[in-house]
Amino acid sequence: MARLNVNIGGGITLRNPVLTASGTFGYGEEFADFIDLSRLGGYIIKGTTLHHREGNPYPRMAETPSGMLNAVGLQNKGVDYFIEHIYPRICRYDSELIVNVSGANVDDYAETARRLAERTDIRAIEVNISCPNVKEGGMAFGTTCAGAASVTRAIREAFPGTVIVKLSPNVTDIAEIARAVEAEGADAVSLINTLMGMAIDVERRRPCLSTITGGLSGPAVRPVAVRMVWQVAKAVSIPVIGLGGIMDGRDAMEFILAGASAVEIGTANFIDPAATVKIVEWIDNYCTRHGVEDINELIGAINQ
Amino acid sequence: MSSTQKKIMEMEVVSATSTHPLYTLLLLRPACGDGAQLPDMLPGQFVQVAVPDAPHTFLRRPISINYVDRAAGTMALLVRRAGEGTARLCDLKEGASLNIVLPLGRGFSIPERQTGRLVLAGGGVGIAPLYFLGCVLSKMGFNPEFIVGARSEADLLQLDLLSRVGEVHITTDDGSAGHHGLVTTHPAWHEGGAIERVYCCGPAPMMKAVALLAHSIGADCEVSLENMMACGLGACLCCVEKTVRGNVCVCTEGPVFNIKDLTWLD
Repeated sequence: MARLNVNIGGGITLRNPVLTASGTFGYGEEFADFIDLSRLGGYIIKGTTLHHREGNPYPRMAETPSGMLNAVGLQNKGVDYFIEHIYPRICRYDSELIVNVSGANVDDYAETARRLAERTDIRAIEVNISCPNVKEGGMAFGTTCAGAASVTRAIREAFPGTVIVKLSPNVTDIAEIARAVEAEGADAVSLINTLMGMAIDVERRRPCLSTITGGLSGPAVRPVAVRMVWQVAKAVSIPVIGLGGIMDGRDAMEFILAGASAVEIGTANFIDPAATVKIVEWIDNYCTRHGVEDINELIGAINQ
Repeated sequence: MSSTQKKIMEMEVVSATSTHPLYTLLLLRPACGDGAQLPDMLPGQFVQVAVPDAPHTFLRRPISINYVDRAAGTMALLVRRAGEGTARLCDLKEGASLNIVLPLGRGFSIPERQTGRLVLAGGGVGIAPLYFLGCVLSKMGFNPEFIVGARSEADLLQLDLLSRVGEVHITTDDGSAGHHGLVTTHPAWHEGGAIERVYCCGPAPMMKAVALLAHSIGADCEVSLENMMACGLGACLCCVEKTVRGNVCVCTEGPVFNIKDLTWLD
């Protein structure tokens, strides 16, 4: 068996490179009937905001070729509810619990992170500056270097643990944004969030989503995501976490070879609730087949 | 959350029967060699079926449980040909295998004793979970009655099965069978004693009309929703319905809801 431990910055080592993508894995407990969460490198839970959010009206989802559009809009009960009612239930899983944090303004981001730091033992947060489905905040911060830097700076002051900044692909030059958040002290970057998209019901002449546009995920976005991970991994020296349409172990390995230290599994959880564990097994088997003793040998290891 | 542990099962198509161009009845059993048994399933619960060999169908298809035959170890799904995914399921042949996540969601609530009439109102493929519910109510010694509606006589489904577990009242839009009109216009709503509870599954406009009718006659009413969903597990938050408690997932808090919890009557 190969050594699968990987470093995701800020002194955190995962038991393997497989994480779950925020918003696709609930709070983990929804999947406990299907998998043993302790077999994952860690799990990133639903986006959390300072205050309760109802999310967007139905319909929020449209199936598209090799993927889906969503427009959930960060529905969650707020950070205090999470800390008081959900965290005590899920902190018992023997797996690195990472909370995804979002906000309408810089102060909200920082305050949410501060409450998590003060009232939980959570060691890492992922900062969502790339949600395409909210009117305020979200992607607005992730599409300019100045916006991305300002959120990272505020979070860096509020949270002493590992700060992962989740980047938007809806930009001209993602490497430039990655460098901006690295300069403000981000420990790692994760990418990509969903690509902004749109689908129309032609019979009814109506957009398929209540919000008209939404975020595209699934295998349809994977080549774009692999390309961006490769570009960002060359541009920064902090760990890069790759995601975007990973359905199986082979897909995950593409991201690792492109330069990702870890991967997040998202939409695949909807189709196969046991996908994550199968991917861990596939990666282990791949290392054996290729005579690789340490997964770190494979990070960014494409022959050119 | 349902108390039964959810499973991912490989199942085999025992038979695929089509008595109508739009509908196929799939009879399924756990794939041999699996050694797996069907978990406990309740009327109103559903399963998530992965569609085989359908490159444009990315997500599983949620299908309600039509009935479970414990003795035979089988489960039946009545599938309506709606798009590419369900068309592929309707065209399956005996011996095909399917990957299914089950059982999902919360089913209909079953009364401890019957104090008035129990009316199961449905239309189209909506009768699928109502038949399962009728079986369970009948087994408990209750007297379920069905009020089923369809466009015309040829579109009435599983009448033979329904009539084995309870009285069946029929309505058709064109008057080719039963009462001429919509489900809500059948005289049985107002004749034959007080209705204690109404269970409804069908197209959304029909369910809303039945909900209003049930409310007006003072009957408790549960409806089964079919909002579009991705995961079926409460993780993606896509299938939400607006309720008195805010947006909730139909897949885990439903698909069956008491109309008191919805905002339909406002």
